[in-house]
Amino acid sequence: MEYFLIIISAIFVNNIMLAQFLGTCPFLGVSNKSSTATGMSGAVVFVITLSTLVTYLINKYLFLPLHLEFLQTIAFILVIAALVQMVEIVLKKISPSLYQALGIYLPLITTNCAVLGVAINVVTKEFTFGGGPAHMLNLGEAVVYAFATALGYGLAMILFAGLREHLELNDVPKAFKGLPIALITVGIMAMAFMGFSGLV
Amino acid sequence: MTRLQTFTKGFFKENPTFVLILGMCPTLATTTSAINGLSMGLATLFVLVLSNIVISAIAPVVPDKVHIPVYIVVIATFVTILQFVMQAYTPAMYKTLGIFIPLIVVNCIVLGRAEAFANKHGILDSALDGLGIGLGFTMSLTVIGIVREIIGMGSIFGYKFISGDGILVFVMAPGAFLVLGYLMVLFNKIAKKN
Amino acid sequence: MAAKSNLTNMLLVLTGTCLICSALLAGVYSVTAEPIAQTNKNILMESISAVVPDGVQISDAKPLSVGGKDSEYYECSKDGSVVAYAIKSEATGFGGALTLMVGITTDGIVYNTSVLSHNETPGLGANCTTDEQFKAQWKGFDPSSKILAVKKDGGDVDAITASTITSRAYALAVKNAVEAYKNIKGE
Repeated sequence: MEYFLIIISAIFVNNIMLAQFLGTCPFLGVSNKSSTATGMSGAVVFVITLSTLVTYLINKYLFLPLHLEFLQTIAFILVIAALVQMVEIVLKKISPSLYQALGIYLPLITTNCAVLGVAINVVTKEFTFGGGPAHMLNLGEAVVYAFATALGYGLAMILFAGLREHLELNDVPKAFKGLPIALITVGIMAMAFMGFSGLV
Repeated sequence: MTRLQTFTKGFFKENPTFVLILGMCPTLATTTSAINGLSMGLATLFVLVLSNIVISAIAPVVPDKVHIPVYIVVIATFVTILQFVMQAYTPAMYKTLGIFIPLIVVNCIVLGRAEAFANKHGILDSALDGLGIGLGFTMSLTVIGIVREIIGMGSIFGYKFISGDGILVFVMAPGAFLVLGYLMVLFNKIAKKN
Repeated sequence: MAAKSNLTNMLLVLTGTCLICSALLAGVYSVTAEPIAQTNKNILMESISAVVPDGVQISDAKPLSVGGKDSEYYECSKDGSVVAYAIKSEATGFGGALTLMVGITTDGIVYNTSVLSHNETPGLGANCTTDEQFKAQWKGFDPSSKILAVKKDGGDVDAITASTITSRAYALAVKNAVEAYKNIKGE
């Protein structure tokens, strides 16, 4: 039940893109086509889940016992950067087809603030789900939260890419062309997602 | 390019928000009011200037293949210092800006300037570049914050000029996208005329 | 321009940068740790003194179960005898946890309340920190004669306009604090 609430909350209620604004640059950058949006979403889900697992363990078993919390930001970003490189190398070796699909998006992910944002949130913020008490996430919850958050990001991106493909065909005023009309569309989407608030 | 141009290009011609479209996350998330936007801009400015100076100084000795990790470590160091200082002396602002302070590390503006400018230019030029781009970013954030605060809360820098609430949706998430979208339209119009 | 890469200088520069930066951070951390702790303490003390009578001595934090979860309370004494308790209490509002400091004098009456942290909607639920009418009703609230629930639920608490969920959470947090106060007194 707890896990179910975490998932609903992370995907819909506190959607990382539409409610928390994390990962906006790649969101606007690669949402031109449905196919690229799907590829990027896959890569993000993969990296966010994995990096949160690793940073959570590092924080819990290395930084907290040694009182090195002040290294959190610096260490997390290095872990993420290293992890992205490693994932790239491993994927190339064991699954060339998956690498073909996700490969070009992987280098972009290091600077996707959704990845660092989730990693920091998980170790610093207290969470409440479904009226339960606020608490720090345990390992299982952290991984489920990270996975669901990334799914929410992917959902927003794929939905938006679908809208944007239609937008291309429409005749919009010159000054609105490109990014401005895209931003206004995201605004309307964010309003729709606000309907979920108070659900969990 | 003269020193003056290095400094002023961030205000309009290479404005990080409206022209280069960089650092969108804090731009959208922290501009719920004029003062929040201004503070976020200044926090980014601080990191930008210092990391530009240090990176331009160390660039000649950093091997090509590891330059990105080294730059990131330098930037992350300044961000963490900023975190401590804000926690100690401006705790309320630190709480309001929250996670977007540590996230300055992955703000594309900072790494972008290091890559595109600071590692090819001298210390003074890099400092001016950081200052100019940082001020351009601060101005953009403040303007967005002012617009959202006026429409959303009916106040400006906290001074209320209408009684009651404004159109609340503008201080919430959707308003951020809408205001930025319309301001960009306005910016495009003005840029066309010039 | 960048130097040519070979294994030695790559290792040297990377390790060097990491070491210098970590040392620098450790230095800054040790300098700012004290002011950060002091600032946090000041904020806490202000929130406590806002909810208990003036001129009291505030004790260190003591553990207490409030609403079924671990929390803490502070004894406030004047001339050597305890006159009030400040109890930290939490409930889930519209946007997440709503944490209050509730001051209760030894006659069982709520002296005042203040919000420690919240995630409520700006302009709606977040008005629980600014709405004068809402805040004023907690001063001298007597839980033995009034019911701690919003009027919609048959209680005596005036809700904030259009923010029933926040008001409900606020009332629940105060109620839990009152229950916890009875436990302190019972001991």
